[in-house]
Amino acid sequence: MKSNRNQNAGKVFDVLVIGGGNAALCAAMTARESGASVMLLEGAPIHFRGGNSRHTRNLRYAHDKGNGHLTGPYLEDEFYNDLLQVTEGKTDERLARHTIRQSKDIGLWMERHGCRFQPSMRGTLHLDRTNAFFLGGGKALMNAYYSQAEKMGVNISYESDVYDLEIKDGRFVAARVKVSHSDRRIAAKSVVVASGGFQADIKWLKKYWGDAADNFIVRGTPYDKGRMLKVLLDKGAEPVGDPKQCHAVAIDARSPRFDGGIVTRLDCVPFGITVNKHGHRFYDEGEHFWPKRYAIWGRLVARQEDQIAYSIIDSKSLELFMPSVFPPIEAESIQELAGKLSLSPSMLEKTVADFNASVKGGSFDAGALDDCLTVGLEPPKSHWARTIDRPPFYGYPLRPGITFTYLGVRVNDKSRVMMQNGNLSANMFAAGEIMSGNILGKGYMAGFGMTIGTVFGRIAGKEAARHAHERSL
Amino acid sequence: MHMSAASKEVQRVMTFCNACRYCEGYCAVFPAMELRRTFSSQDLSYLANLCHNCRDCYYACQYTPPHEFELNIPKTMAELRLETYREFCWPKGFRGLFKRNVLTLVLAILVCFAVIFGTMLMFQGKEVVFSNHTGSAAFYKIIPYQVLVTVPVTIALLVLLVVAKEFATFWRRTGGSLPSFLNLRAHGIAVTDVLFLKYLEGGGQGCTYPDGQFSMVRRWLHHLVFYGFALCFGATVLAAFYEHFLHLTSPFPVFSLPVILGTIGGIAILPGTTGLLYLKTKLDRAPATGKSTAMDIGFLILLFMVSLTGLLLLIFRETPAMGTLLAVHLGFVAVFFLTAPYGKFVHAIFRYAALVKNADEQILSKL
Ligand SMILES: Cc1cc2nc3c(=O)[nH]c(=O)nc-3n(C[C@H](O)[C@H](O)[C@H](O)COP(=O)(O)OP(=O)(O)OC[C@H]3O[C@@H](n4cnc5c(N)ncnc54)[C@H](O)[C@@H]3O)c2cc1C
Ligand code: SF4
Ligand code: SF4
Repeated sequence: MKSNRNQNAGKVFDVLVIGGGNAALCAAMTARESGASVMLLEGAPIHFRGGNSRHTRNLRYAHDKGNGHLTGPYLEDEFYNDLLQVTEGKTDERLARHTIRQSKDIGLWMERHGCRFQPSMRGTLHLDRTNAFFLGGGKALMNAYYSQAEKMGVNISYESDVYDLEIKDGRFVAARVKVSHSDRRIAAKSVVVASGGFQADIKWLKKYWGDAADNFIVRGTPYDKGRMLKVLLDKGAEPVGDPKQCHAVAIDARSPRFDGGIVTRLDCVPFGITVNKHGHRFYDEGEHFWPKRYAIWGRLVARQEDQIAYSIIDSKSLELFMPSVFPPIEAESIQELAGKLSLSPSMLEKTVADFNASVKGGSFDAGALDDCLTVGLEPPKSHWARTIDRPPFYGYPLRPGITFTYLGVRVNDKSRVMMQNGNLSANMFAAGEIMSGNILGKGYMAGFGMTIGTVFGRIAGKEAARHAHERSL
Repeated sequence: MHMSAASKEVQRVMTFCNACRYCEGYCAVFPAMELRRTFSSQDLSYLANLCHNCRDCYYACQYTPPHEFELNIPKTMAELRLETYREFCWPKGFRGLFKRNVLTLVLAILVCFAVIFGTMLMFQGKEVVFSNHTGSAAFYKIIPYQVLVTVPVTIALLVLLVVAKEFATFWRRTGGSLPSFLNLRAHGIAVTDVLFLKYLEGGGQGCTYPDGQFSMVRRWLHHLVFYGFALCFGATVLAAFYEHFLHLTSPFPVFSLPVILGTIGGIAILPGTTGLLYLKTKLDRAPATGKSTAMDIGFLILLFMVSLTGLLLLIFRETPAMGTLLAVHLGFVAVFFLTAPYGKFVHAIFRYAALVKNADEQILSKL
């Protein structure tokens, strides 16, 4: 890298890519394939490269028929309807359909760039038809892309934290970068900003959530602090997406503050009751299947005092969900469990007793919306309600785990950044999480973050290269 | 139950993997892990031997050091695996041999050579050993037929006994039962896994070995060594058969089956072992344990020497060097077999046992 840097000093690149996750790499490879000279700046050190993308498992793309890693067809309309459902209509139909159409068969493009998918019969989740699983997960995918990008001749610089952009009349001129304590200016004919959301900036989150944000756990990379998003918005880019909202799930409270990734998830909630620090239940744990509900639990827990909650199950339910990375807290009685969780024993005993008394027996079925529910209880539990009475009892502490934020920059279908004055920027493009709010106004659909990054990364890379080429003529 | 530090660490990492499962497509370890929610020390010994150190999961893992979770699956597995080699060794008094592998090899070589040369010189005298012998039964002029038969057969039976005993110990100590051992379908699957080195294919691109790039090289080199060894072994058995039942006397002509098989086998082993040794010099050490390096290298060099001396013997068998070469070759062969159950060779026993157990388990889980 060193020699590269000296060689590149003062050079004006065709395309500068800011970020080092999925969207950034897709953009960099595509720009390079279109003949552009490309510089990619990743803020993280090499070991932690790849942003949130290194934590992913799969992506969703439209396809007419099944293949080695997808069990059947997934057509545009079904895809769009799924999106409408999760966003409750908060999407831009034109851009959404454009994304879906452009996603058609991107699996092939990904494979050509080093991605390996897992054969379909192995899928552990029920997404084998719609979602393609990366063999080895997102980090393996990032490794493959980095190695491919290097082979193609993309210049890559790690630990290169971009802190400012020189923008004149909506036109990008150069980026200001801190590279291992030295300050550098990198000029380019066009720029692709693919630096993710701002979920790792706790101070920023506090603007909307107050001190509660101090108890949020950031599930992914600590390097997505939204610096580029802020600079772009400050310098005239048009915002999109609700700044107050974030995607947050309930995860194990024992997780590290940052970067705990997928293993910290907990799937126990539907099988027991969940109480706050006062020992009170606060929401219907059995409203729907967990994958359809887990994203509301982040916010639910965030609204409880001290942003903490406890899921409590008994031995009947212990093996009904994916094993957790941290062992459950175990006790022979509810009283003892309350003690171990620092809850009021009498309150927890009362909550459990009230719950047990209102359970109306049905035939329990973890795989269906069964008829085990509570009667006369507030809040109710609509499914999978079984008495909690067979020791040992288990408790899992929960905290909000934030995945990503919705605020982004507005773009058009060519990934071009839109300015507040209504003009399109001449040479600034955005891809990935930083613009996903254009399509995903609310909610989330498994595997769609990577779809947006791949589709718009490719578009941005191509358009940025085209712009640079036109400028050189 | 008491658990060693290595076991505890494998237990810790498997708990992470079981909550993640991103690597389930790489090898048999992850699907086997998914059949369990908790891991007893029996499970852990088994899983450690199911891992064939391809390192795919190391490079794919988002939690390797410096991440605070510090997961290093291949290294952790290798350390426990080494411990099982010692634990399940027989007789127990020989455990120390694993720790002092180089010393063991050197001593074994010295002793075997001393014995062979000593006996030869004592009984046949210098003139016989260092002169030209050609034609039928030339070898027996150097070493009498009875000795050339009884000594290897005794060694072979001894080694077979130890290997069987170690296999049985592994089976028992990983919770295996007699019915599962008798599951012939499981053996069939395991044999195919071995013959094709299925799990060295990783997810289809091979191992991330010796560095972060996927490559099939290790698999092909292992194939060379494995089939080379199988051919040499076959050649020896065939030769014994010729001698004993067909009453043909060695050395056999160059175009006889035992010589052809042995030659091809020997020629395959040379690049196979050299290649594997070369890869070790290029190894990214982060996912490796330093504790077995000497053992691995010693084994490869020994195998290399066995085939090199065998081939030299073939080339120079009509010169006065034949006697010396014969002694040296037989010396290496003896060392190879005598030390086999106490070194790298045991990976073949335990890996096979683990593959059988895995096939049996997977068959049962799909019923
Ligand atoms: C635990 C977890 C699991 C997930 N699983 C899935 C899944 O299975 N499927 C799916 O589709 N989505 C998943 N997501 C969401 C997915 O991670 C994102 O949608 C996707 O990774 C966004 O890609 P990106 O390239 O836009 O951002 P990122 O991958 O986050 O990349 C942003 C990059 O920008 C760099 N950067 C930031 N600021 C700067 C700066 N100032 N200067 C230089 N570089 C900078 C960062 O270091 C990083 O490399 C998951 C998220 C998490 C947290
Ligand atoms: S090695 Fe890492 S990425 Fe692979 S399954 Fe285990 S925890 Fe997940
Ligand atoms: S190193 Fe290879 S064989 Fe061992 S557990 Fe990891 S992927 Fe499986």
